[in-house]
Amino acid sequence: MSNYKIIDHEYDAIVVGAGGSGLRAAVGLSEAGLKTACISKVFPTRSHTAAAQGGISAALGNMGEDDWRWHMFDTVKGADWLGDQDAIEFLCKEAPQAVVELEKYGVPFSRTEEGKIYQRPFGGMTKNYGNGVVQRTCAAADRTGHAILHTLYGQALKKNTEFFIEYFALDLLMHDGKCHGILAWSLQDGTIHRFRANMTILATGGYGRAYFSATSAHTCTGDGGGMVLRAGLPLQDMEFVQFHPTGIYGAGCLITEGSRGEGGFLVNSEGERFMERYAPSAKDLASRDVVSRSMTIEINEGRGVGKNKDHIYLHLNHLDPKILHERLPGISESAKVFAGVDVTKEPIPVLPTVHYNMGGIPTNYYGEVLTKNAEGSEVIVEGLMSIGEAACVSVHGANRLGSNSLIDLVVFGKAAAIRTAEVVKPNSKHADIPESETQKSLDRFDKMRNANGGTPTSVLRDKMQRTMQSKCAVFRTDQTLKEGLKDIQQPWEGLKDISISDRSLVFNTDLVEALEFDNLIRQSMVTVSSAENRKESRGAHSREDFKERNDQEWMKHTLAWHQDGKVDIKYRDVHSYTLTSDVQYFPPKARVY
Amino acid sequence: MVQFALPKNSSIQKGKYFSHKGQSKNIKKVNVYRWNPEDNQNPKLDTYEVDMDNCGPMVLDALIKIKNEIDSTLTFRRSCREGICGSCAMNIDGSNTLACTKSSKEIEGDINIYPLPHMPVVKDLVPDLQQLYKQYQSIEPWMQSEVSGKDGLEKLQTVEDRSKLDGLYECILCACCSTSCPSYWWNGDKYLGPAVLLQAYRWIIDSRDDERKKRLQKVADELKLFRCHTIMNCTNACPKGLNPAKAIGSIKKMLVSADNSR
Repeated sequence: MSNYKIIDHEYDAIVVGAGGSGLRAAVGLSEAGLKTACISKVFPTRSHTAAAQGGISAALGNMGEDDWRWHMFDTVKGADWLGDQDAIEFLCKEAPQAVVELEKYGVPFSRTEEGKIYQRPFGGMTKNYGNGVVQRTCAAADRTGHAILHTLYGQALKKNTEFFIEYFALDLLMHDGKCHGILAWSLQDGTIHRFRANMTILATGGYGRAYFSATSAHTCTGDGGGMVLRAGLPLQDMEFVQFHPTGIYGAGCLITEGSRGEGGFLVNSEGERFMERYAPSAKDLASRDVVSRSMTIEINEGRGVGKNKDHIYLHLNHLDPKILHERLPGISESAKVFAGVDVTKEPIPVLPTVHYNMGGIPTNYYGEVLTKNAEGSEVIVEGLMSIGEAACVSVHGANRLGSNSLIDLVVFGKAAAIRTAEVVKPNSKHADIPESETQKSLDRFDKMRNANGGTPTSVLRDKMQRTMQSKCAVFRTDQTLKEGLKDIQQPWEGLKDISISDRSLVFNTDLVEALEFDNLIRQSMVTVSSAENRKESRGAHSREDFKERNDQEWMKHTLAWHQDGKVDIKYRDVHSYTLTSDVQYFPPKARVY
Repeated sequence: MVQFALPKNSSIQKGKYFSHKGQSKNIKKVNVYRWNPEDNQNPKLDTYEVDMDNCGPMVLDALIKIKNEIDSTLTFRRSCREGICGSCAMNIDGSNTLACTKSSKEIEGDINIYPLPHMPVVKDLVPDLQQLYKQYQSIEPWMQSEVSGKDGLEKLQTVEDRSKLDGLYECILCACCSTSCPSYWWNGDKYLGPAVLLQAYRWIIDSRDDERKKRLQKVADELKLFRCHTIMNCTNACPKGLNPAKAIGSIKKMLVSADNSR
């Protein structure tokens, strides 16, 4: 039995993660008078929300007529009909208020001549149910995520939210199917902390670092997803991994879709604007899965650019340098630093790069986590919520539209806070939970800390990342996925032989990376299994052996459990109804851009 | 005559030398400050030979290569690797900057890496920035406005007023500027320093905020503000190309002019 001194804390609610959704939830919880702690492995403004560039979608109609129902239709279509339409209605209807609220918090949005929030065109965002381009994506130049994150941190300070910064969350404390808080490790001083709470909200972000090349930060290791899987709960729709069309070739850093929104376009080695062939109407502003596939086909058919014909050019050099300076200054700088390119003169070399996880912890539109009980009926996991990229509400279905992630963060962050205030009364008692729950997590921590096998984390992680990158990419076949299933076992089995060199407790990043790998590998396995299992093509999940969407058999969410290295798959119905009578259900139809 | 010397426990000693094991001819020596709070030893300078033919272009790539392949105990913060999160601020080749956007090629000879100067060290290249974060909180970095526009509508701001926030809101709080400032080294407990003053000015100059006067008065203090002696290290250091010295100058100017109304 591992022996660590435990420092106990009691809160009405805790939020794990301090990105856009976590901070928005923390603000709402503090406003509601709940004793709230926000626990994060990085200082809040270092969260990956800071890297969001292009903007946040909301049908404000500042740049021409718009309607939240049009936004809803676009989101449903972008999701390839796998999204739950009640949740999508909620998202799109709440979006304008949520953006206005951010503006009032102080987000420095770019402005129109009338002084209103500036909005730009974005992929898949249309007017009148797919008839023409709409300007719906609210932007602060190309640093929208940064601006929102810093503003929300300021609001949380204003509301006196208690922060526990550079605390690494280890495990959920579960008992009788209910969540009672978490165990966390303070990197600052090496102590172990038990946070008991009547609501635990996981806002831990995506797991992009399961792949070798991702726009995601090093810290995007899906720690909440890992904790949920270890707690015997399922993850949903994990086969849907979004490749962003424009990661910088080599470095993988993001170039916003807003660059195409402002008039940029993609070109192959023949100098052709090939998107006109694949998406005659939306062209370069088709949804991301469509553009990424088109680019991959161009490269596979020998029309890639560069020495190895293995990437594509993004042209911005025809745009007015003044526009570039005003609206795209951040990516102009990134292109200079990471590709050595002056965007006013040369094209940027780009490649589809892992960017976003549509899948995650299954929730309803309040953020409450869902699972299935022994009888197979859907139940809410008491005391546990999830929001942001960590969650799968599901509003993004099989493919997320650009600028729908930032709006997801604030709409569902707020919704989770409101729901928590309804179900948790301030200063409610905390149930007694057996010590064995804490001990189980501590044993795992202690075992990892003292691991003295033969394989460093970096080797296992590299094997996992390369497997995911080659076997579970833009296009998938039965063969690649079967190979993936086999190959991913190796780093999983390798966990038994992992070696840690740093045995200390203060800021032991050797151990942090090992614990993060534990979270990543579980989600990688679930991702490959879910992808192998789904025998159709839908949104970001594109099977060369099952090229069509198959609504008859596959209009359903995947639920995947991970137990002792085995993945168990069940399903959930896609909600084929809306939340209110303000809008009708959009029945599935062919998805053409 | 009085003799000044570093306390015994803070003098940096020679550390381990990690030789390159392969055949590469393109080797760069990376000298890194090491200190572990748990081993009761003095700080050391470890040297790693890094094969630059198989290493990414940035200093952060070299650090990650060392951690992955040579010495997994090396400790540093990093996250976005594209210059937007501010985690990997450190002193490289004598200047404070972000490891993720600093090219190794630009550095002649060995690469010398230390934590941000004059901050308490948590471990190796990880500084303790608590003081700076508290100072950031002290300037109340949130909108203060009674009239918040019509319900359901945003508060309007002209393109011109919005452009006044350019060069300010982009700050990533990496602390490269504040920890390069001699005034902040000496009086960091009282002087707010360039990073925090830049943010103070970001709210002072925001046309949507109603508390300009209060904000100005709050920083109008011999120590909080006027310890800036226009040394300009801050502006030289900023990896985002911002100009904190100019922002501080603007605050000073506003205090002596009539522009402190509202």
